Formats: sequence, structure tokens, C-alpha cells
Amino acid sequence: MSGKPRLIYLNGRGRMETIRWLLAAAGVEFEEVYLETREQYVKLIKDGSLLFQQVPMVEMDGMKLVQTRAILSYIAGKYNLYGKDLKERALIDMYVEGIADLMQMILTFPFSPPDAKEKNIESIKERATNRYFPVFEKVLKQHGQDFLVGNKFSWADVQLMEAILAVEEKVPAVLSGFPQLQVFKTKMSNMPTIKKFLQPGSPRKPPPDAHYVETVLKVFKI
Amino acid sequence: MSGKPKLYYFDGRGKMESIRWLLAAAGVEFEEEFLETRDQYEKLLQGGSLLFQQVPMVEIDGMKMVQTRAILSYIAAKYNLYGKDLKERALIDMYVGGTDDLMGFILMFPFLSAEDKEKQHAFIVQKATSRYFPAYEKILKDHGQDFLVGNSFSWADVHLLEAILMVEEKKSDVLSGFPQLQAFKARISSIPTIKKFLEPGSQRKPVPDDKYVETVRRVLCMYYDLKAN
Repeated sequence: MSGKPRLIYLNGRGRMETIRWLLAAAGVEFEEVYLETREQYVKLIKDGSLLFQQVPMVEMDGMKLVQTRAILSYIAGKYNLYGKDLKERALIDMYVEGIADLMQMILTFPFSPPDAKEKNIESIKERATNRYFPVFEKVLKQHGQDFLVGNKFSWADVQLMEAILAVEEKVPAVLSGFPQLQVFKTKMSNMPTIKKFLQPGSPRKPPPDAHYVETVLKVFKI
Repeated sequence: MSGKPKLYYFDGRGKMESIRWLLAAAGVEFEEEFLETRDQYEKLLQGGSLLFQQVPMVEIDGMKMVQTRAILSYIAAKYNLYGKDLKERALIDMYVGGTDDLMGFILMFPFLSAEDKEKQHAFIVQKATSRYFPAYEKILKDHGQDFLVGNSFSWADVHLLEAILMVEEKKSDVLSGFPQLQAFKARISSIPTIKKFLEPGSQRKPVPDDKYVETVRRVLCMYYDLKAN
């Protein structure tokens, strides 16, 4: 047993990708077990490893944690990426929840029917540019600091960086109206742990493809 | 200004109900402003009060908080309903995540067509009895304590009671295979703050009706076309 956190998920982004980002940003090495067959999944359930029969699941510190948010909160708390007090934590929570709503649209995108894909990209673009990015642009402009909360690197910065890159994959010029976010993106990209994660060979997963979608549908019998 | 938290939402359960439950359980009095017209909502938007243009919004401790989970976490921590350390908090977060998923299936229920309601009803009962209730039944059985986490009343207990009552409204005997949950329900219901919240005249909202659905749709101009899970 290595003592490193162990991630149980499919070999692809999905709901686990935000967890990979946060662990990487915190400089924490981790192992991964990839679900490839339904049998593996059924066995995990039978073994009692999945509290609600679902993944992501992360084995860490003697726990078998499920529920993406619970896992992320635990990692953020453990590695000091959760602000210095209750009020900073509240801001971080508000920001990551908003970003998670945007990411939800990206999460479900690969599973939408081909004729809906163009409409969905439009929706992602609309939400990003009219609802979410303006908020963070304003936050950064108002305090003029490098990080979203408390002048210190936190979970909120990691999550925003992930979302920016994910939306850019769908809408390449999406940051054109957001100068603060452009600067933020550059600064985050240069932080050593994030820079490492963005290099080839890191645990970062590529955008979901047809094989990934197939595997999800097969393993979870959807 | 009263210093009490002020809740901005519709006059109905929706996503605000879990917040009402938690404040009530913590013994915290709160005020409510009910959204009835599109104008009210647009005024809130223009005033910059809604960070992501959405409700729930709760004015508390000088903040205009949005995002249900963020609000609940803040309240839980402030009123010592979030465990004693990081690991207990992780357990509470996990358990609340489960009950949140379960209540999420019920949240959309009033907005569905009659046909989809039937489908969703079966789905809710199936998920409750085969996925969620067995998990909490086992947790309680394994440690034999009164509360889900750390032998101490927490947000997780409040959330689970809320979920149990909501599912029972759909199927009254749904707890019949779950003796631990039956005992849990009786125990938590008799905690003074919760008992008070369960009595008529409290700020607990009734099961959503057509008028509620109409109001939400009118105010938000959304949710006209929801489908069952």
C-alpha cells in the first residue's frame, strides 16, 4: 500500500477530472484504477466499496470517499486550499458551485444526440459569457489580486482554470471579452504544479471521445 | 435591520427548503421574502443581488449568499452541525450528497407531465429503497449510535430526516424494510427545534402544488419542459 490517494473511475474525464486537477494542483501524487467492464463495477458494488453504488470513489486516509463534492472539499481542506476562515470558505464554495453548474453542461455534452450538439455548444457559450465568466472577471477586477479569494491560491482558482480550458475546447475565442480572465489563465498556467499537470504525460485526461462514451454506457448499463 | 438571516425564494419548498430545515434545526430565526412576480426577480437581478442570477439567495452575516450547498455548508459550520474535524466533515458531506441526489429526483416532480409523474414516482421509490435508504440503514446499524456522524447531531441527520419525510409523502410505508431509519426518524423528529419545525405554523412549506409550479415558471420563465429521469 503506497499511501497515495487511489482514484476509482473510468479512463476519462467525467466527474473525476476536477478531483485530478485539485490533487495535482496541491502537488499530491495519486494512483488510478480504471473501470473498463461492467463486471469490475458490479464487483465494486458487491464488495461494498461504493456507498451509493456510484463513482467517483477515492480511497484516501483510510476512507472510501464518494460524492464528488465531498471528495473535493476534503482535499481542499486537507491541503489548505479552502481559505482561512468560514467567510472565505463561503466565497470559495459559492464560486466552485457556480463553476460546477457550468461544468455540468460540459459533462453531459458527449452524451447528447448528434443533432443537439450545436445547440448545446451555443448554450455553453451563452452561459459562460453571460452568467459565469462575467462574475469572475468582476471579482478579479475589483480586488486586483492574483487569486479569487483572500489573495491566496485556493480550490476556486483551480476549478475556474479547469472550466476556462474546458469551455475553450468548445468555444476557442470565449475569453475574448474577458481580459482579467486571460491574465488569470496565464498566471495559473505558470504555477509549477499546474504547469506540470498541463504537460503531456500527466494524469490529465483528454476530451471525451466515442470510446469513452461507449465505455460509460456499457459499464453503467445506461 | 433585524440581524436575522433573510431568505429570498418562492413561497414553496424547492431548493430553499433544506436551508429552512437547517436553520430551524439550529434554532435560528429567519425572515423570508417571497418571489411572486417576474418584476421582483428582475429587480433583484438588476440590483446585483444574485451572483449567478439565481435563487436561493440568503442574506446572512453581511453576505448575499447563493448556491444552496454553499449556504448550507456555511450554516452547518457556523452552528456546529458539521462534525468536529475534517474526516467527520467528509462523512457529513458524503451523506448529504446522497440525500441531496435523492431529494433532487423529488424536486423536479411537480414540474412533470402526469405521465412522467407516474414514471418518476416509481423511480424515486426504487432509488430510495434500493440505493439510499439501505446505505443509511447500514451506517446506523454498524455504529449503533443515535446520529449519523460522530455520535453528535449534525447537518447529515437533518438532511436525512427531510429526505425520509419527502419520500414518505410519495409512499407512506416506504420505511417498512428499514427499522433503523424508523427509529432514527422518531428520534430526530423529537429533537425540540425539529419538533417545533414539524408543527403547524412553522416556516416549513407544504408539498408543492400547481400554483407553486405556475409561480416558478412565471417568475423564472423556465422549466416548461422537464422530463422524468
